[in-house]
Order: sequence, then C-alpha cells, then structure tokens
Amino acid sequence: MNIQALSAQLLVGLINGSFYALLSLGLAVIFGMLNVINFAHGALYMMGAFCAYFLLNLFGIGYWPALIIAPIVVGLFGILMERSLLQWLTGLDHLYGLLLTFGVALILQGLFQNYFGSSGLPYAIPTELQGGVNLGFMFLPIYRGWVVIFSLVVCLVTWYLIERTQLGAYLRAATENPTLVRAFGINVPRMITLTFGFGVGLAALAGVLSAPINQVRPLMGADLIIVVFAVVVIGGMGSIMGSIITGFALGVIEGLTKYFYPEASNTVVFVFMVLVLLLKPTGLTGRAT
Amino acid sequence: MLEARQHSGASASPLLEVAGLEAWYGESHILHGVDFQVREGEVVTLLGRNGAGKTTTLKSIMGIIGKRRGSVKFEGREIIRASSDHIARLGVAFCPEERGIFASLDVRENLMLPPEVRPGGLSLDQIFDLFPNLKERLSSSQGTKLSGGEQQMLAIARILRTGARFLMLDEPTEGLAPVIIQQIGRTIARLKSEGFTILLVEQNFRFASTVADRFYIVEHGKIIDGFANADLGANMDKLHTYLGV
Amino acid sequence: MTSITSDPRTPIAIRAARDEATGFVIMTVLLLLVPFSGIYPFFVMQALCFALFACAFNLLIGYGGLLSFGHAMFLGTAGYVSAHASKEWGFPPEFAILTGAAASFGLAVITGYVAIRRLGIYFAMITLALSQLIYFIYLQAPFTHGEDGIQGVPQGKMFGFLDLSNPTVLYYVVLGVFLIGFLIVYRAINSPFGEVLKSIRENEPRAISLGYKADQYKLLAYILSGTLAGLAGGMKVFVAQNASLTDVHWMMSGEVVLMTLIGGLGTIFGPVVGAFIVIAMQQYLAGFGQWVTVIQGAIFVVCVLAFRRGIVGEFAHYFKRSL
Repeated sequence: MNIQALSAQLLVGLINGSFYALLSLGLAVIFGMLNVINFAHGALYMMGAFCAYFLLNLFGIGYWPALIIAPIVVGLFGILMERSLLQWLTGLDHLYGLLLTFGVALILQGLFQNYFGSSGLPYAIPTELQGGVNLGFMFLPIYRGWVVIFSLVVCLVTWYLIERTQLGAYLRAATENPTLVRAFGINVPRMITLTFGFGVGLAALAGVLSAPINQVRPLMGADLIIVVFAVVVIGGMGSIMGSIITGFALGVIEGLTKYFYPEASNTVVFVFMVLVLLLKPTGLTGRAT
Repeated sequence: MLEARQHSGASASPLLEVAGLEAWYGESHILHGVDFQVREGEVVTLLGRNGAGKTTTLKSIMGIIGKRRGSVKFEGREIIRASSDHIARLGVAFCPEERGIFASLDVRENLMLPPEVRPGGLSLDQIFDLFPNLKERLSSSQGTKLSGGEQQMLAIARILRTGARFLMLDEPTEGLAPVIIQQIGRTIARLKSEGFTILLVEQNFRFASTVADRFYIVEHGKIIDGFANADLGANMDKLHTYLGV
Repeated sequence: MTSITSDPRTPIAIRAARDEATGFVIMTVLLLLVPFSGIYPFFVMQALCFALFACAFNLLIGYGGLLSFGHAMFLGTAGYVSAHASKEWGFPPEFAILTGAAASFGLAVITGYVAIRRLGIYFAMITLALSQLIYFIYLQAPFTHGEDGIQGVPQGKMFGFLDLSNPTVLYYVVLGVFLIGFLIVYRAINSPFGEVLKSIRENEPRAISLGYKADQYKLLAYILSGTLAGLAGGMKVFVAQNASLTDVHWMMSGEVVLMTLIGGLGTIFGPVVGAFIVIAMQQYLAGFGQWVTVIQGAIFVVCVLAFRRGIVGEFAHYFKRSL
C-alpha cells in the first residue's frame, strides 16, 4: 500500500466531503423551512465561484474579502429568487418546487455557458495559503488543509446556531409548525426568506472555496448537485449533524474508492445510496418522511 | 399581586369585540357571522358541541384561518386583516387545542420560545410558582416527552412569559386527569385575579362553570345564546338542550 | 333494466370517452397525412419517439403522482441494447427493439424496487441519482463505446419485409409503434389498475384503508412506464441510427419532464403536444448555443408559476373537455 497516494486521495475525499457537507446542509435547512428541494443549489454554488472570479478580475478584490462578499451577494440573489418565485408555491405539491428550481438552474447554467463557454477559468490560491507542509507520510498543500478545516468550522457554527440558540429554536419550531410560531408573534415569512438566503450563501461559500481547486466553470455544480442529492437521501434531511457527518463520510468513502478501485469512484456514492435504501430506507439519520 | 386590577365587567369597554365573523376552511364555510364581546378582566367561555365552530372562532381571532370576513376589534383596533404575528404583537396569546409543544425543542426551549410582545410578562419564578412541576422537568430533553398534563401546563406557561394580557385557551382540560384539571382551574382563577382576560373554549361544562364569568353558546357557526355565570341556574334546561348532555 | 342503466359508466365518463376518441382520431389522421404534407419526416419521427417517451413518463407522474427525474435511463438503456443487438448480434429490428424494451423492463424492476422505498420528493432525487449511476456505468462500459456511442446502426427489414431504410416505410413503422404505445398507456389509465392508481394519488391513506397495496401499484406503474420509455428508446435507435450518452444524461430526464409539463401533466394528449413543441424548439434554436437551455429553464419557471395545467390541460379546462 502506498501511504503517500492513499493520504492524497483521502485529502481529496475530505475536500469533496466538505463541499457535500456545506451543500447538503444548505439543502436540509432550506427543505425544513420551505419544503423545497433546491435544484438550483449547484448553480448557486457555481455563482459563488464566479462571484469570487468577478470580484478579483473586475474590482481587484481578492480571496479573503470574496469569502464574505460572494456568499452575501449570492445569498441576496437567493432572497430575490425566494421573493419573486418560490413564495408563490406555498400550498402546492413539493414537486413543483423541484421543477421550478430545476428551471432556475437551467437558466443560470445556460446564461453562464453562453458568456463563458464550458472551459474552466483559473482562480489563484491566495498567497498566504500557497505552498505546503511535509507531514512525513504525505505532502499537505496548505490551501487544501484550509478548505477542510474552514468548512468544518462553518458547518459546526451552523449546527450551533440551529441547535443551540434562540434563533435556531425559532427555526426548528417553524420547521415543525410555522402557523403556531407565527401566532407567537414571529414574522415567519421573513424568516423563511432569510433561511433561503442563508442556505444559498452556504452554497456560494462552498463555490468560493472550490474556485482555486476546481477552477471556475459554468457546469461545476451541475453534476455535483446530483451527488449531493444522493448524500441527502443517504443522510436524511431531519438532522443537521447528520447532514454534516454524512457529507464528510461520503467524501472519504469516495476518496478511498479512488485509491482502491478508481473505476468506481464516480459511482460509489450512488451505490452506497442504493445499499442504504435497501437496508435502512429512512436514511441513516432521517426520521420517516 | 397587590395592584391586580379588578373589573366589575359591565362598566368596562370591550377588550375584544367580534362582529359578523365568517370563516372558511378551504371551500367549507365554518363560521356564519359570530358576534360576541369580551371585557377586560373577564373569563368568557365558548360552549358548544363538537364542530360547532368554537376552535375556528379562536383561530380566526388569532388570524390563522386563511379566509375570514367580518370584524374583530382588539382594544378598539380592527385586526380582521392583520397577520397572526402582528396580532400576537398586539398582546393576544393563543394556546391551541393540540397544545403545540415542539418535539425538536427541549422543555426550556419550548418555554422560552414565544418572544416578549409587551413588557410585564410573568418571570420564570412566577411561572414556576404557578406550575411547580415544570421546574423539575426543565432539563428534560424533548418537550413532547412530558405527560399530557405537563405539556398543557408548558403550553400555558410559555404564553404567560410574553406580556400578553389576553389569553385564548382552546380546551385546556381535554384528556387530563381530574387532579390536573383542578390545578388548571386554580391557575385560571389566579390569572383572572391578576387581571388577565381569558377567552376559553371548553367541552367540559362542569369545569367551565367553576372559572367563567360568562358563557356563549356556539352552534352551526353562530352565537345562539349567552348568559352570565350568575344566571346559570335559570338557564340549565336550555343548556342541556344546546349541549345535548 | 334498460340499456342505459345497465351501463356502469356515468354520462360524464361516456362524454369523456367520446372527447378522447375524437382527439385520438384527429391525432391519428394528422399523423397519417404527414408524409404527404412536405414536413420533414425525420423531425416528426423523432418527435413521435419522444412523444411516446413522454406518454410513458406521464403515466407515472400524471396518474401515479410520482416524479421520476431519471427517466432517461430507460430511454438510453433500451437505445444501447437495441443498437447493440442490431449491430453486433444481427437481430432484426423488431427483436432488437423488444430486446431494448426488455432491458428497460429489467432496469425498471431493479431501480423501482430501490426507489419506491422513499416517496414524495425523495423519489425524484433517488431516481435522478440512480440514472446518474447508470450514466457513469455506460460512460465506462466497453459495449457503449463511451463518448462515441454506438454509431451506424443498420436499419434492416422489419418482419423481413418492411425496409426501414425507406423513409416512408420507417415513418409508418414509427407511427405504428407510437400508436401501440399510446393505446397501451390509454388502456392502463382507464383500466381498474389506473383507477386505483388515481385514487392512491388523490388520497393514499384512504386507498390503503380500502385494502389496496399502494406501493405495489406504484411499482407496477413505474415498471410499465419504464418499459414503454424503453420501447421509445429502442424505436429511436432506428430513426437516428445511433445510441449515445445524450439519451442517458440527466438533461434528457429534464426534457421529458418539460415536454409533459408544457403539454399538461395527467392529460392524455398533453405529452404528445409537449414533445412536438420541445423538439421543434430544439430544431429552430439549434444555432443559438445554450440559449435553448435558458429558454427551457424559463419555460419550466413559467409553467410552474402560471401554467400548471399545460397547453392541453388549459384547453380542456376552458372548453370543459376531457383530453
């Protein structure tokens, strides 16, 4: 066994796992409040990366500010999307939300493809995070280590916000019974809008993090979102921690597969989903839905 | 409380004034013009058979029935078109029939959930004074793991914190043991003595007669009769016919 | 007992059947006349394959309430298998198509068994993920020739005498297959099976309390839908003479949803109308890059927000007809 190669694949797995976790976390939070599976999540992730790219190339604003500005800008776009489109779906079958956001994903991806083609645009690793450290058993590029740790921190902060604060209590309560929460004096529609913006912001943040690793491409989120759907099916959407753990775990499983049986690396998550559905149909952490 | 306001009832202007209230659940027309008033400091009970429209009346006042028409005035202000969060912020609090304890919140979170809408809500000490059992269960995990009686107390306790002075309680005694019903009765009496105004929906007439100042009878989505607790004896026969007991 | 009362159907049902029969006759006559109209037959043949694909899809969502977001796996699987059977094994067209449909049947049994375990919104995500799994398998499997696809599939002679390389013969064969598939869907919808399916969609707990095994009905609808989508995929191979990854891609799954949505979910003729519109749009906008995708996305948004009945559904609703 080649420890060097194995650890390299594990690291790639952890990075993909970071993106799975950030994206499935956003999907779960949004689904809880809006009962919508946001098919446009991959396209919004892509927009996060493009936003960082524009900030750098049009305004000379670098990586660190982009890490904050891009999620806010794309989050505001999400808020616009919720106010102008999604809010009209209240009371309709969940499936319409999926179809609508699928349409939005097609529009966004099509528009970016028209202007930027399908090839990748480069985005440099910030100077502070260039280079790497030799850990003895592997060479760790600093930027990749940063992505994993920072994503983990963001996930845990989100978990804390939702599970341990008063704001999170409103959110959890409104997921269960929005009518009653509103009757306590809380402006639930505004909370729904902000939640959507927050979930979208998480996707955009993942996009910024991924820009220096995967380049900036109009279709960078198109296939990713399908994998994230599988992650969500595996983890279930009832638990925040469940989404985080499932996301990272599947990234690692994928990384291991890349080392041991590379042919299956892009199917392993789906195969794992089939196994989970056969053995535990409600998902690993999910409640029956 | 020393400065607890005592109202004679008849002299005060109505705190809540409902006139010609109509409401719909989807296509079905449930309320056909409900008229009644609640004065400040009163405990008023809506009586009636199952499906008469009592719960719908409370929900319509709270603004959580989609389609409603007519007039609901709270402190002289028209609220028929207001959203429920706005109505709550005016000082109206609602305790639903199904109690609405949240499973994803622990007991403390459930208790602390409703935000303060006006100053002067009960402090936690005052609440634990009213409901000593709640204090012991505060660290319990899920709110829904409490017993039915404890859930009911939690559901009432959490709206006392908010500063709202007008409470709507939908069948607070439903499915509870007699000893707990007594405790809830004492709580209502105490809240009344502290100046709270309470609109109650009850099936349990015996319980209602121990706490209410006045009764209204709801039938087929309308108020068909009303009388004070003092005139209860004279109205007993009518009441038996209305309620079919 | 008079003959009227002995007819178990209500007057409304009789009128509905009459509307639908009229619609069917008009559609069939129009399609029979296409070769004499000067319309490019290849376009119509392609549209007919997709129309059958969309009718199959509609059976599942329109009557079973199940949104499959991976129906391309049936179209593509049957396409690859039919193409392979025809080109490598020398099967005559009729057997090649049936082999393709049989492969989709098998795939539907397996994926249905997995996907039916989670319903509602999860079902859509699971079917999408499963079809992505199938996509990656075909991307890597040797017999599909990866990115190149299976090219130059011989058209051959159907039943030994129908020369499919003759465009007119091919057209009527495609039309025949389409009509057979269409009538199977129609029959399924109006059978007791279809009635149970609809009642499950309307009120599942009630249907279950009446003793129907809802999951089994849904699985059956899924298998039938997948098999007929396979029939469309097999047929399509003999029109396009190739089988490629495009037909298994998630974009194709999205397109069949779009066709059905434009035409009208749960209408008999909607998927046919929708398929013709989407295919025509692709033809005319072919030179405009990704604008096709943008427009398709916009149509999704407009349909969901303002036009949920679709074209045929709105028409039927306005004129109080059953179509």
